[in-house]
Amino acid sequence: MTLPLISQNRVALRARRSWLARPLACLALTVCWLLATSRAASGQELIFSVAVSMKEATEEVGREFQRLHPGVTLRYNLGGSGGLQKQIEAGAPADLFLSAGQREMDELERRGFIVAASRRVIAANLLAVIVPADGRLDVRQPADLLRPEVQRIALGNPKTVPAGQYAEECLRALGLWDALRPRLVFAENVRQALEYVSRGEVDAGFVYATDAATRAGRVRTAFHPPPDSYPRIVYPAAVVAASDHRPLAQEFIDLLLGPEGRSVLARLGFQPAPGAAR
Amino acid sequence: MSPEILSAIGISARVALVATALDAAVGLPLAYGLARKPMTAKSAVELLVTLPLVLPPTVTGYYLIVLLGRRGWVGAPLFGLTGWSVAFTWYGAAIAAAVMALPLLVRTARAAIESVDRDLERAAFTLGRSEWQTALAVTIPLARNGIMAGLVLTFARALGEFGATLMLAGNIPGRTTTIPLAIYTAVETGETGDALLLAGALTVLSCLVIFIANRLGTAAP
Repeated sequence: MTLPLISQNRVALRARRSWLARPLACLALTVCWLLATSRAASGQELIFSVAVSMKEATEEVGREFQRLHPGVTLRYNLGGSGGLQKQIEAGAPADLFLSAGQREMDELERRGFIVAASRRVIAANLLAVIVPADGRLDVRQPADLLRPEVQRIALGNPKTVPAGQYAEECLRALGLWDALRPRLVFAENVRQALEYVSRGEVDAGFVYATDAATRAGRVRTAFHPPPDSYPRIVYPAAVVAASDHRPLAQEFIDLLLGPEGRSVLARLGFQPAPGAAR
Repeated sequence: MSPEILSAIGISARVALVATALDAAVGLPLAYGLARKPMTAKSAVELLVTLPLVLPPTVTGYYLIVLLGRRGWVGAPLFGLTGWSVAFTWYGAAIAAAVMALPLLVRTARAAIESVDRDLERAAFTLGRSEWQTALAVTIPLARNGIMAGLVLTFARALGEFGATLMLAGNIPGRTTTIPLAIYTAVETGETGDALLLAGALTVLSCLVIFIANRLGTAAP
């Protein structure tokens, strides 16, 4: 009498068990497949660590590069140059580094993280102070930033963002840093400072002249700080020593330095690199 | 859809699936042990598992770097031996997501296992089943809804992980940029269209996950 009941129970239990076991088995199989295929998918992929102010320029030159090398995929790791430098030091994958400041590149070169012979300055830039396009603030010169209506001023964090370092040196040279210090809002990179201004969350911001041009409808350039108040802004590029694709990365630098690269950079508002600079 | 968005969705799916599998392998035995076994230092284990729920994700991420980074306690010998490190790889992202989501699985599964009538287990013992057989044939099947709900929540949490992932795996496009990181980058650089698309996709997915978890939670075992 009891025997059929027990075996019936066993069937029921087994059915219940499979209700959980089946999804778990599916999950395990999918994961095995993912682990097995993840390595094969990489192929010829280059990662360029690029100062975010060079976003449009490298993407445009990158399209030309991909036309010349159809099998190659380019990935742009955009950010503040200081953060990108720290990533490369920590072993993050990168084939090329394009910095908005010499300090970051110097540090990498000193510690052997880049191919020193590949290092070239590809362009120069200027600082700009911008305000929201629809704002009513009348800011025309550095001293106007001291007005009480200018409550918040965005700039890159000087610790990791070259645009912020240049802005700090500029404000110090003009004797405004200490007075403006409580109003400063630090951004993670120069484009974040640009975003703060274009959304109207801050009253003014320090960015590069070329950044201001990418949001022409949303922000207005109030003035260009005197160029002798901050160091010359140049963009050094170099092949990363740990790269598996050194010749391709070198080719990209050559392309940036060549006629196509120079015309793209000029069209986007960058200044030509000072002669023979590295 | 831009290739960046597609690659972020692909990486997110991979990271969340692997993290869920890792958590299932570690978390389910742990949940059973916490619910049913006399464990030495039980409250310490419980504390350790729950900590990622309470700590800022950046702190958990920092501990993971200290442990698994190139100069980490485990990471340094691994790097010395193989020249490879989980930092800045999607494996790192999966580990970070798994650690952050583990408390959700352990807590949910543990509650489900604790709610199973102990008399049913005792009955299985009297019928000559070992504890191991009883756990697999009685306890876990009866707790299955809670366990499934825990797994679904784990998947959702892994899919949305940001802070610890950023610390350990960075934000490398095409390698470790998951959907939440792609949203951060898109907002930061003013690509509001991309940000909105990804945010919408994550919101829909999260609603679905909550719906499934609720259904599993209320369904009779």
